[in-house]
Amino acid sequence: MNEEIKVPAPIVNIRDLTFYYGKTKALKGINLDISKQMITSFIGPSGCGKSTLIRCFNRLNDLIEGAKIEGIINIDGQNIYAPTIDITELRRRVGMVFQKPNPFPKTIYENVVYGPRVQGISKKNILDEICERALKKAALWDEVKDRLRVNALDLSGGQQQRICIARAIAMEPEIILLDEPCSALDPIATAKIEDMLVELKKEYTVIIVTHNMQQAARISEYTGFFMLGELVEYNTTAEIFTNPYEKQTEDYITGRFG
Amino acid sequence: MTREVYHKALKNLQDEVLKMGEMVATSIRKSVESLQKRDQKIAKEIIANDIFINRKRFEIEEKCMSLIATQQPMAIDLRTLASILSIITDLERMGDHAEGIAKINLLMGDEPLVKPLVDIPRMADIGLSMLDKCLKAFIDRDTETAKLICNEDDKVDALHDQIYRELLLLMIENPKIIPGATYLTWVSHNLERIADRVTNIAERIVFMVTGKMEELNVSKY
Repeated sequence: MNEEIKVPAPIVNIRDLTFYYGKTKALKGINLDISKQMITSFIGPSGCGKSTLIRCFNRLNDLIEGAKIEGIINIDGQNIYAPTIDITELRRRVGMVFQKPNPFPKTIYENVVYGPRVQGISKKNILDEICERALKKAALWDEVKDRLRVNALDLSGGQQQRICIARAIAMEPEIILLDEPCSALDPIATAKIEDMLVELKKEYTVIIVTHNMQQAARISEYTGFFMLGELVEYNTTAEIFTNPYEKQTEDYITGRFG
Repeated sequence: MTREVYHKALKNLQDEVLKMGEMVATSIRKSVESLQKRDQKIAKEIIANDIFINRKRFEIEEKCMSLIATQQPMAIDLRTLASILSIITDLERMGDHAEGIAKINLLMGDEPLVKPLVDIPRMADIGLSMLDKCLKAFIDRDTETAKLICNEDDKVDALHDQIYRELLLLMIENPKIIPGATYLTWVSHNLERIADRVTNIAERIVFMVTGKMEELNVSKY
């Protein structure tokens, strides 16, 4: 790989990260820094380890039987795999949005304030405020403000995905992880989410896994290309897509792969 | 290879650039030939044929745009398309310079040449050889050759200076030949520009391969 790049203001530091599903090594010695308040994309063919990696950032992989992790992930200088870490608090700080929109079968309002409620906030005026702020940040407020009591499942796919993003934002996370958030959406809904993410990075660090290379090219500042569990190349998005250093990267992004 | 249709289209496009390059080379060669032979028929032919070069340029440009719009080229493919767009502009202008030489031939009418042509065909030969190597380097993605081509431009520049000085002396000695000698300085200028355009193409080839834009031929002035 090209010499390790120094990203500005790193918030996540990954050192020698190796991850096993049973005996299978899904990630092999990853070293990577992720910049605060920027969008970082991970690309690569299916099974390359990119989703596994972002699921390490809020310890979702802990739930998988036989999963084992070696190495260090620091967020804000704190090792998130240290025994003292509060996982619930970690998952508040590091929110996640999945490929398929998965709102709860509740009203829009209840979806957004679900996290704060669980945390013990019960005052209506505070919850109202949280709901409005989160929906505004998720660029959904104008579309749903008159029907907050409608079931979230009655919304379109794109709106449901933005509900999920609002639900993550309502917890005031530092980092938002998105695992293929637009793969089930049409181009217009995708464009809305992309614009929203570009807005969100002013306050949050955004890490996105995508199969859509144009999406990575459009919105992210940094891009990592993974293959077979290895980080092949990590650089500014402009450099990755115009003049990649590694031949493997070039072959993949120009479609000379497989 | 997974995107065969796209990569075939990209390859065809590069072949089209070669074809355009050959059209331009023919035009340059014939323009100097028409001047040497004082053949107005060939000159008119070159002027009439320039439109085909222009059309070819637009045709290639359109195909580039279409590939960019439909295939989202990245990395070397993107740089190849960006380079092609620049290369065909240079080739098209080189065609115009050849046409310019043909027009000068017509302007000179039946007047004999003020001096035998020695260095002008030499300039044309070097320019054509540069173009030929350049087109090969484009297809072979050969940056070494591309860089060497730029050195040859210095020879063309030196010949241009020499021709200019020589004609200036002739004009001072015999002002009656000023129109005829001026025409020849224009021809020399056209050939000098042609070689310069080849160096532009060479620079694009280096960019296409390495992703770095370098000024290969720094003017001594």
